[in-house]
Amino acid sequence: MAHHTITLTVNGETEVVTVPAHMTLLEMIREELALTGTKNGCASGECGACTVLFNGEPVNSCMVLAVEADGATVTTVEGLAHDHQLDPLQEAFVESGAVQCGFCTPGMLISSKALLLRAPNPSDDEIREALVGNLCRCTGYVRIVDGVKKAVKIAAQSEE
Amino acid sequence: MVMAQTEKIPDLIGKSVPRIDVREKVTGAAIYADDIQFGKKLLYARVKRSPYPHALIKSIDTSKAEALPGVKAVVTGKDFPNRIGLYLKDKHIFALNRVRFVGEPVVGVAAVSEEIAEQALELIDVEYEVLEAVTDAVYGATPEAPIIHPKLGEYEVPNFIFPQPGTNISNHFKIRKGDTEAAFKECAAVVEKTIRVPHVQHVPIEPHVAIAQMDETGKVTLWASSQSPFAQRNLIAKTLGISQSDMRVIAPYVGGGFGCKAGVTMEAIPVAIATKVPGYPVKFRLTREEEFYTNFVRQGLTIKLKVGCDADGNLLAMENTMYWDGGASTEYGVNITRAGGYSSTGPYDIPNVKTDSLCVYTNHPIGGAYRGFGMSELHAGIGQVMDELANEIGMDKVEFHLKNVVQGGDTLATGMKMHPTGLSKCIEKVADAIEWGKKSPPSAPNKRRGKGIALMWKAPAMPPNPGSSAWVEFAEDGTVVVGVGGQEIGQGAFTVAAQMAAAALGVPMDWVRIAGPLDTQYSPYEWQTVASRLTWSMGNAVKRAAEDARQQILDMVAEAWDENVDDLDIVEGKVVSYKSERDISLKNIVIYGIPKENDQGWIGGPIIGRGKFMPTYVTGLDKETGQGQRAVVHYTTGAQALEVEVDLETGKIDVINAVSAFDMGRAINPDLVHMQMEGGFVQGLSSAIFEEMMLKDGYMQNPSFVDYRIATTTDIPKKMTTIIVEEPQDDGPWGARGVGEHPMVPTIAALANAVYDAVGVRLDGPPYSAERVYMAMLKAGVVK
Ligand code: FES
Ligand code: FES
Repeated sequence: MAHHTITLTVNGETEVVTVPAHMTLLEMIREELALTGTKNGCASGECGACTVLFNGEPVNSCMVLAVEADGATVTTVEGLAHDHQLDPLQEAFVESGAVQCGFCTPGMLISSKALLLRAPNPSDDEIREALVGNLCRCTGYVRIVDGVKKAVKIAAQSEE
Repeated sequence: MVMAQTEKIPDLIGKSVPRIDVREKVTGAAIYADDIQFGKKLLYARVKRSPYPHALIKSIDTSKAEALPGVKAVVTGKDFPNRIGLYLKDKHIFALNRVRFVGEPVVGVAAVSEEIAEQALELIDVEYEVLEAVTDAVYGATPEAPIIHPKLGEYEVPNFIFPQPGTNISNHFKIRKGDTEAAFKECAAVVEKTIRVPHVQHVPIEPHVAIAQMDETGKVTLWASSQSPFAQRNLIAKTLGISQSDMRVIAPYVGGGFGCKAGVTMEAIPVAIATKVPGYPVKFRLTREEEFYTNFVRQGLTIKLKVGCDADGNLLAMENTMYWDGGASTEYGVNITRAGGYSSTGPYDIPNVKTDSLCVYTNHPIGGAYRGFGMSELHAGIGQVMDELANEIGMDKVEFHLKNVVQGGDTLATGMKMHPTGLSKCIEKVADAIEWGKKSPPSAPNKRRGKGIALMWKAPAMPPNPGSSAWVEFAEDGTVVVGVGGQEIGQGAFTVAAQMAAAALGVPMDWVRIAGPLDTQYSPYEWQTVASRLTWSMGNAVKRAAEDARQQILDMVAEAWDENVDDLDIVEGKVVSYKSERDISLKNIVIYGIPKENDQGWIGGPIIGRGKFMPTYVTGLDKETGQGQRAVVHYTTGAQALEVEVDLETGKIDVINAVSAFDMGRAINPDLVHMQMEGGFVQGLSSAIFEEMMLKDGYMQNPSFVDYRIATTTDIPKKMTTIIVEEPQDDGPWGARGVGEHPMVPTIAALANAVYDAVGVRLDGPPYSAERVYMAMLKAGVVK
């Protein structure tokens, strides 16, 4: 089995990992780096539970090979909070009740983060559109959409 | 029994405190079963499955697979000949001699990687003799159908399930009350209808995963995404012939259950394999495809209803025949059939009732528990015939419902007396919120608007004596650790348990922790996390454990201060005396006790409170008539009203407004209750509009998220209202009863009734997909 050694930045840390050619980015994150916050809900690009920021863009990490991440910058849910300070999105998800079982939550947060990076004040429809690839079976989505809106407010307040 | 009405309600009860698990969950720190690290010895299991819906196994050759480097174990049905099953013991961990559905486990392999395990499966040869398959429950119940379980008469079964050996009927529940035939003659209007509810899948976002390891002494540990660690301990241990105390189940957070992780689903597979490779942890996880077609399903239902009322709209009679497509064997199906039977009138007061609820073996996937436990399917029928009957008699539907719903004191179809219920209030509230009777104009000329309402009831469906227990301990700083055996599956059970303990003890909410993950070796016994029973049953146990601890603390302080216990209280984590006005923090005293004056010894010691709860009053029901003193513990009731807009050109339904009201006795944490109502409604809507396992000749045609669509962010109504109604439960903690499953139960009928109001057509069952609605409108001449 061919193995490759790659170098990438994950949540601000430089990582050097040796991975088999067929290993997905999701498997690498979960198994090699033991960052288990990123979830596997289908391993086929259909549920969004494995979403990570890949050079600033949201991707389903189950559909990316680990070797493709050589040189990339990756952010997982573990990389959202800094020094025990939650990201405004995390805070807003807590306050809005956007979390039930929590299995979709890491992917939801990352997709929302990607949205806010490109559209800091999205409309309702933009939020729904941005999260359409992230399935949640528990919440009925209402409070997740609310959470993203609330994050915009929290971020604005902390900038004041 | 505790009289909830007269008891003082602590401030914390009815307060929307935030979930105690939420910080872990937003930071990615929360551990689920697949996140546990097992190191280099971990083996991976894969399963060779039946490619046929019904066949005899002629031979299995595993020699090539066994020789493959990296393969550590290969097992078949012959290795584990004992039967397993929650109610009716009718299946094997791996098929023995016969396969009964596509996807049934036949051979298990453990190897050093998932890839090698997969390769090994390819090397296994299984020879089958294909048999005729039963793929329709109504046909399956006839004498012509091939028999799927020839040994049905030999299976172990509890005394409230009635299998019929020599047929495919695994349970037949009957109600015979009054004289329906005579009553129908008195009716001014009668509606007859058959509704078909297809199989649907639970679709938790976390797929099933279980890891098992046997040590050299024969003790087994199972880590699983599980709603039922204790039931799994019991059933798996029995089947493998080991002591329950040598079988330990550890169950971390569950990433969505909805019933599919209850009972024993796939967890026995890694355990069975692990017994052949002592010392190695064996991990088995279902692929999403397997999650769809091999896992327990919400079984299909064909329901034939006949219901009639007099000229004033009073219901007089109902006949209800239900054919449940129980699948290849029945983990829960037989009890869903029973629940469908004793609740078969829906929440209506009907004097003459004839019910036949049949669980039928078919060569389909196995019927499991699914949020609602048969009630969504039953009410899909009941909710629509009631709507039609009101139409027939020309009565406003809200008025018709209010006239006929069950009230406290009514004698139900089983003979049980109904307890007080807030159903009428729920109806009034949803009618009000949806502006019942007012037509709003459509948003475009090619659209039509309509409103629909439907009701529901549901009792926890359980054996008569499912128990709960809890303990309460302290740390030196006075913080509280609560041991529970009920699982956090997203519904907020841990938060509510902590809230109840804090309230009963008199400590701040943030002093309480839940001892997790659940571990059958340390956690107190809990039957299962099902039936929306935790808030009520486990809640009672937690409350009692906290009260027990509180009493011990007060006794100790009373002795130390030489005061009367009745003058003492615990407030905000301090024992206070209303008489002497002394106070003392719980800190330290809950572990070390209190020193006597002048160094003359000590009083007290580590406090540990214990509590249990088990209903003791549920009676059996007569096999022929379904009559008995008390069929169930209680009913949670509710109503839903929807406004929809139907596009005449495409058949697409938009839900404009959705209102739900449920009576959960007492909302311990109102926010969590609203969250259940919202999430449940959307799951119900998803099942009503999109979902169907397309089973063709026993093969599922759509086992992926692409082909089996569930609701996404863009499908939810713009307006959603959820309303809490509280008619306290006499034996619930502060009056509470469950509400987790109920919000999705009335949705299919509410939607169907709204669509009928909009365009005048009904389908023969869900899903109300755009295509099916359009075809129905075409057929009815609504569109050309
Ligand atoms: S796990 Fe990657 S999209 Fe589902
Ligand atoms: S919270 Fe459970 S899947 Fe979203």
